[in-house]
Amino acid sequence: MKNYSENWEAVIGLEIHVQLSTKSKLFSGASTDFGALPNTQACNIDLAMPGVLPVLNEEVLKMAVKLGKALNAEINSPTSFARKNYFYPDSPKGYQISQMDKPIVENGYLDIETENGGKRIGVTRAHLEEDAGKSLHDDFEGQSGIDLNRAGTPLLEIVSEPEINTPEEAVAYLKSIHSIIRYLEISDGNMAEGSMRCDANVSVRKIGEEKLGTRTETKNVNSFRFVEKAIQYEIERQIHEIESGNKITQETRLYDSQANTTRPMRSKEFANDYRYFPEPDLLPVNLEKEFIEEVLATMPEMPTEKKERFVSEFSLSQYDADLLAADKDIAEFFEEVTKVSNSPKLSANWIMGELSAELNNENLNIKESKVSSNKLGQLISRIEDGTISGKIAKDIFEKIWTTGKEVDDIIKEEGLEQVTDDKEIELMIDEVIENNPQQLEQYRSGKDRLFGFFVGQVMKASQGKANPKQVNDILKSKLEK
Amino acid sequence: MDLHKLSLSKQLEGLKKGDFTSTELTSHYLNRISELDGQLNSFITVTEDQALSQAKAADERYKTNNNFSLDGLPIAHKDIFCTKGVLTTCGSKMLSNFEAPYSSTVYEKLDKNGMVMLGKTNMDEFAMGSSNETSYFGPVKNPWNIEYVPGGSSGGSASCVSAELAPIATATDTGGSIRQPASLCGLTGIKPTYGRVSRYGMIAFASSLDQGGVIAKSAEDAALILEAMSGHDPKDSTSLKLDQPDLTKNLNNPVKGMKIGLPKEFFEKEMAPYVLKSIEEAIEVYKSLGAEIVEISLENINLSLPIYYIIAPAECSANLSRYDGVRYGYRCEDPKDIEDLFMRTREEGFGAEVKRRILIGTYALSAGYYDAFYLKAQKCRQLVANDFSEAFKSVDVILSPTTPGTSFKSGEKTNDPVEMYLQDIFTIPANLAGLPGLSIPCGEHNGLPLGMQLVGNSLEESKLLQFAHSFQSNTDWHMKMPNI
Repeated sequence: MKNYSENWEAVIGLEIHVQLSTKSKLFSGASTDFGALPNTQACNIDLAMPGVLPVLNEEVLKMAVKLGKALNAEINSPTSFARKNYFYPDSPKGYQISQMDKPIVENGYLDIETENGGKRIGVTRAHLEEDAGKSLHDDFEGQSGIDLNRAGTPLLEIVSEPEINTPEEAVAYLKSIHSIIRYLEISDGNMAEGSMRCDANVSVRKIGEEKLGTRTETKNVNSFRFVEKAIQYEIERQIHEIESGNKITQETRLYDSQANTTRPMRSKEFANDYRYFPEPDLLPVNLEKEFIEEVLATMPEMPTEKKERFVSEFSLSQYDADLLAADKDIAEFFEEVTKVSNSPKLSANWIMGELSAELNNENLNIKESKVSSNKLGQLISRIEDGTISGKIAKDIFEKIWTTGKEVDDIIKEEGLEQVTDDKEIELMIDEVIENNPQQLEQYRSGKDRLFGFFVGQVMKASQGKANPKQVNDILKSKLEK
Repeated sequence: MDLHKLSLSKQLEGLKKGDFTSTELTSHYLNRISELDGQLNSFITVTEDQALSQAKAADERYKTNNNFSLDGLPIAHKDIFCTKGVLTTCGSKMLSNFEAPYSSTVYEKLDKNGMVMLGKTNMDEFAMGSSNETSYFGPVKNPWNIEYVPGGSSGGSASCVSAELAPIATATDTGGSIRQPASLCGLTGIKPTYGRVSRYGMIAFASSLDQGGVIAKSAEDAALILEAMSGHDPKDSTSLKLDQPDLTKNLNNPVKGMKIGLPKEFFEKEMAPYVLKSIEEAIEVYKSLGAEIVEISLENINLSLPIYYIIAPAECSANLSRYDGVRYGYRCEDPKDIEDLFMRTREEGFGAEVKRRILIGTYALSAGYYDAFYLKAQKCRQLVANDFSEAFKSVDVILSPTTPGTSFKSGEKTNDPVEMYLQDIFTIPANLAGLPGLSIPCGEHNGLPLGMQLVGNSLEESKLLQFAHSFQSNTDWHMKMPNI
């Protein structure tokens, strides 16, 4: 969906902030739980009391090493911290502890796929840093409140090379990062709660032009769809500006999802000089080879590997495998269902069809599904062994969803077993034919499509329980007579 | 009985034997403080009630033979160490109302050993100064002559120990703030190896240089308390992973056959004749004890002052950013918006010297200047450290004057920052290299004391104290006390 002239191309780089799911903060023992009362999860260190010192939470090193591996990147050892200086009321120390010269992860890449095929996007670096607190501007009558619960929460900032050229690629890259961090269980990746935040650097240039255009940075776009729309808007805006003879200002812009526009936040020309320098309170961290090996030994199967296995082990299509493997929980659910059902293809269809529709309806994630993987597996196995038809299975699925009952109990209680006895089916067919002489005549005089009418009538007579294949076969032979 | 004339180990012995109680000892010092500190201003806060209740608790423990190792011994703490529930001001208007919600590791360690806190001592604002004239709480006077400065930044600690208002005091040293006031007040002051004493709860000036220590009346007293303050602290990532050292066991070992290095770069400089004379006499004492004197070269040592005045301000410019009026401490009246709150709070809350250093540091870290100043200074700092490592291959300790001269009059150098900065020319190199250094009295001039400095190799505090004790066992400079 390229709405702009073919002569232009966009150059996009993404900075993704991922909140790491540690129990305690990056440099203090305070809890990182979301949603506590303001300032109840801020200890002396988070409050930047005089004399306090940071102590690195070593859990984050393991998380960063895993991410580095998943991004095919180098792990820097020693890796070191730096102070980024700026005054802001929710930045208690007046500086943020971040990384500058020796980020823990450097020089990686990620392969993405869009409708236009595969592409490799370079990952410049991923560095550790602490989050700021929050300024609250409502409810204080002309004053502002500060909540430092979030201050010091660990973040990994993942910076891509400017090698993304379309909004679709940007979303594919973002989704891929999201999938990876969820697989690694280093973050819940919840964009709405801010556990994953994305800033997009966008510039445009004429195709064939070597020089990069002036870029803008669009901040904190909080869903995949908004990232796509914000970038799309920004590309079109910049092209429009340039074509109207205006210049692009290097600036930070905010995306307004309601109006679907971006607007300037602050101009980078007047931005802070952050005066980075090595953090003297923390020594450079050496990551011993053994430590890295130990961490890597705990790496789970990653999305790409899983996808390939789904294709080879279960003979799924690339498309199905891709969809299922993108989300770790869905992939696990699928494997559990398949284990019980013994039918990978049917399991995949059910998960992506009925189940996902029902989950969407009630806004649940797969872990909250009211039909367990075991029950779904049993349901599918009952289709496979011919006990019930696919149509009946859908009714049973609904019943399990609302009542939580066992598959076989529902079949038994409601007498839903499929009718597979030829004689019984023949009797039903004879009755239908007898009751519809007019249609029979029309059919026999060449109106083939009435075949469907007869099938429908038979199924209706059997209350959906007749085996459709048998109905087809017998009906065909009777009608042809 | 003149309890204040007893050494710390004698006081401890007296407490153990029941010759006197901690309550008596503590009251004795509290009385001296209320009697004499009016003219010295060495304390910002006197914690009388707390001291007496700590003393009482110590006495109870002695009664039941459950006493701790340093139980009931009084101590004064530099007002840079956070002490829970007590004012901790760092000598600044910015923290003039700040009651720390937690205690520093140094305080906790000494508290656990039963030491009684007499109060919090005056200091240059945020430890920036060499004369204790930058304190928001007024200048501190030198007990040897109250027209003279006690040195800084630990001027209150030096002044109160010198006047025997406390038997010992904690102090901190970023460029000489323990050794220089010790020298100007005729005391023994030791700054250990960087990382020996936890910096947790010690309000930061320049993180990579700051180190806690003590100012005492003798090397023996200093050793006793310093060892209790030392040891690894998981709350300080730069703290060395070493257990508490035994600093008293080698005190009485002879220095015979050991080598003292004299850096030619120091002695080539123009030196006041009385300073040189005192140092030469001290060298003679060591020679007579069998130590060997070796001339050494510390090629890059003269870069120390400029290196220091890039690195220390750079670190302080960030360390002091937290004083913004938002969460604690001083806040300006009626701020009209957040910018105004930040700017006026800092404008009104910091004194001139602190602002000067924040500005220097901010400049040195600015885009375009970082490589030329900060990065270059760090590289040169490494050169200075390398010179020391090389020197310690052939000598045990390095001897020099501690200060260019004896104390100077109040106000004499306040208008010339560079002249003031030169006070630390001999002491700064040890901070840059993270090495232990101490100052002990070795002479006097016009009724004012003078100190010599010994710098040791990394982690060799014990050897430094051995040299100091050996000198003090054969001279009586450290016994001289001001008449006040």
